[in-house]
This record gives sequence, C-alpha cells and structure tokens, in this order.
Amino acid sequence: MAGATRGFFGRRRERDPRLPPGQYDARDEWPVLNAEATPRLDTARWTFTVEGLVERETTWTWDEIHALPPARYEGDIHCVTTWSKFGMRFDGVSVDTLLDAAGVLPTATHVIGVAHTGYTTNLPLADVTGGKAWVVWDVDGRPLTREHGGPARLLVPHLYFWKSAKWVSGLRLLDHDEPGFWERNGYHDRGDPWTEQRYQGD
Amino acid sequence: MTPTPGGTTHRRTLRWQPARVLALRDETPRARTLRLALPEPRRHLAGQHYVVRLTAPDGYTAQRSYSVASAPDDTGEIELTVEELEDGEVSGYLHGVVEPGDELEVRGPIGGYFVWPGDTPALLVGGGSGVVPLMSMLRQARSTGTADLLRVVVSARTAADLYYADELPGPQTTVVLTRTGRGRLTVDDLTPLVRGGEDVFVCGSPGFCDAATDLLVEAGVPVGSIRTERFGPSG
Repeated sequence: MAGATRGFFGRRRERDPRLPPGQYDARDEWPVLNAEATPRLDTARWTFTVEGLVERETTWTWDEIHALPPARYEGDIHCVTTWSKFGMRFDGVSVDTLLDAAGVLPTATHVIGVAHTGYTTNLPLADVTGGKAWVVWDVDGRPLTREHGGPARLLVPHLYFWKSAKWVSGLRLLDHDEPGFWERNGYHDRGDPWTEQRYQGD
Repeated sequence: MTPTPGGTTHRRTLRWQPARVLALRDETPRARTLRLALPEPRRHLAGQHYVVRLTAPDGYTAQRSYSVASAPDDTGEIELTVEELEDGEVSGYLHGVVEPGDELEVRGPIGGYFVWPGDTPALLVGGGSGVVPLMSMLRQARSTGTADLLRVVVSARTAADLYYADELPGPQTTVVLTRTGRGRLTVDDLTPLVRGGEDVFVCGSPGFCDAATDLLVEAGVPVGSIRTERFGPSG
C-alpha cells in the first residue's frame, strides 16, 4: 500500500469487529443500488425455479414456496459500495430446502442467481449450501419492499450484497463458473467482504 | 441490451495508482470538481467511475466511488465531481482538506453498463449530483460534433444547486428547477424528447431514479432500454 494521504486521519474509530475492512456502519440507512429499473412484480404470477444440473427442474409459486419449512437469517450484511448493516432479520426459506427438492446432480459446482429483471450473479455452489443462503420475503418482520428486491430476493449474507440478487426468479446449476451481470463488468466472481474481493483481480 | 464490450473493466485498470491533484473548482457550494493527473492513464468511457482511497497514518483507509465528469480524451487527466455529504468521511476531506499538489490513490475506470458508446442516440436524465456522468457524455458529444445524438434533462433544486451551470445550457439540454422553478420533472418534460429507439440513462438519488423511470415509461420508453445509476449516501 502507498503511504498516508496528507491531512487524512479518518473518523474516530473504535473499530467494530463486525465490520469488514473498508466498510462503514450504515446504521439506520439502507442505501439502494441497482442498475435496472425497479420492477413491479405481482405475487399472483411470481415463480421461483431451480434448473440446470438437477434431477428434476422444480418451480414454486408464491403460495407453494411459503408452504416450505420457514428459515430465518439474523445477522449482518455488507455492500461493496462500503456500507454494512448489523443485526438484520430476514425470513424466507433456506436455499438448501430448494436444492434438496430439485436434487442437485454431483457434477454441479456453481450456481447462477437469476432475477425477473434479467439480472444474474454467479456463486460457487458451496457458498449457497450448508445454511449459508436463503430466498427471503420479509425483513425485520415486514414484507420486503420492491426497492429492496421484493417480493423476494436471494440472501447470501457472507458475501457482498450484489450476490443477493433482488427480484430473484431462480437458481441455475452449472458445472463451471460463468460471470453474472456485475461480474462481467469488473466485479469479483466470489466477493468475500473479509478479504475485500471487490473487483476482478482483488 | 448487452453492455458495450469496450466498457468491460480490465484487470489492469484496477490497480491503485497515485493521482496528483492539479486543480480544484467549485461547481456549487456543495460540489467541487477535482482535476487529476494519472501516472498510468487509461481512456475511460463516458459514464464510468473511479474509486478514490484515502489512507490515514495508521493504515486505516476509506474509499468511495466518483463518476468521471470529463469527456474521454488522451490528456492523461480526468475530472471527478464530488458532492459534499453531511459528515462525509471522504467527501469532507475532498472539500475541506485536499489541495493542488496532493496525491490521492485512485483505481479505474470502472463500469461497463452505465456507459454511452458515443455514437448512438440517447436520452440523459439527471437529478442533482446525478448529472456528473451525464456531463461526461454531453462533453464527449459536443467535442466530437455529435451533440444532436443526445437529449439531456437535468433537475436541480435551485439555480445555485445546478452543476456546470455555465456549460450545460444548449439546444440539447433542458434544465428543471424544482424549488424555484415550476416544480418537479413531469411527463410533459420528457415526452417531446423521446424519439424512439434511443438508450436512456437515468442518474440521481434512488428516489429520483424511480420517479424518473416511472415518467419515462409513461412517456412511452420501453423499460428495458432504461439504465439507471443510483447515487446513495455513502459518505
């Protein structure tokens, strides 16, 4: 790293151990960032599909996915634009439940999260299995608003938040990695906030 | 729509490099343009951004992204316009402390989606600080004699809040002043500017982007041709 910037000392920092490097605590703010127009999705026609390298391609309607065993994430989220939020509570269903229903083939190594807007993001399969990823529709006890990805978004909170695709429509299982929307545009294929995997090459 | 191949961010561009501050220029009481000289210049595309990183003596760092305001050129210099945010850790430094001659670490140019390739018709809609990447597009179009490709609508609260006030006006541009003028952007501001088939770039706060997107759809723009860049309060 280069030397210090003249005259810069930064905020007073009693560094919170929950904060990954280069991040700040957004506290009550929940900034919004997306590249496409915010869609209005009707839950009556909403679907979620697991496809690709699975034993049986499976699609759930809004009512069907709500009938699956509920799952909750309580913890922190980290956005690559440098804000983090602590102590969020998301309710939905575990990605494990969805993948188990479709039966992942042993050749699958990666997934693409797909959104109703056409947005995509790529993830190693290991990052969405074993209780690390959810499809969620409630945040802090209230329905997810559309600017935050409602009616439902992917939630992969141990990675930068662009991996948690808003307006998610499904997961596609692949036997290789394939860059998604931001990843094609220079962002990192994995996006671990603790090692600051912000851009390709980090 | 597929991102322009030329807009893909290359690994080489993402190395940090020490940029020298050449000049500072106030655009409004809360917005300042920094002109930077890059030791490893790389031509940007209008709409792309750079990350600026500040390092404290103890190694603590803070980084934020800022859009390039200058047109793509071969000078090896870029201009970033920075809005001073309340309690902004980086923007506060860039407004209150930095001086010509200082070095700032930067990496970029970044972004392959919110970019104008320079040869296609486009409608640009910016609110407040959201005008910055659009200004790069307008400057490029004017410098290459292709300004007629663009239609530009800029919304600001008052005349004093309008960035690039001397440079912005022209046959391509419409300025809407929301506090002192006749109020917020309406569908009637946009409808006459929609020619059909153009790409639409919307930049501003999340609230501005959502409102502008709804108006554009009402004005007949297909939602798939609208690209948005949302500027949030990120310090």
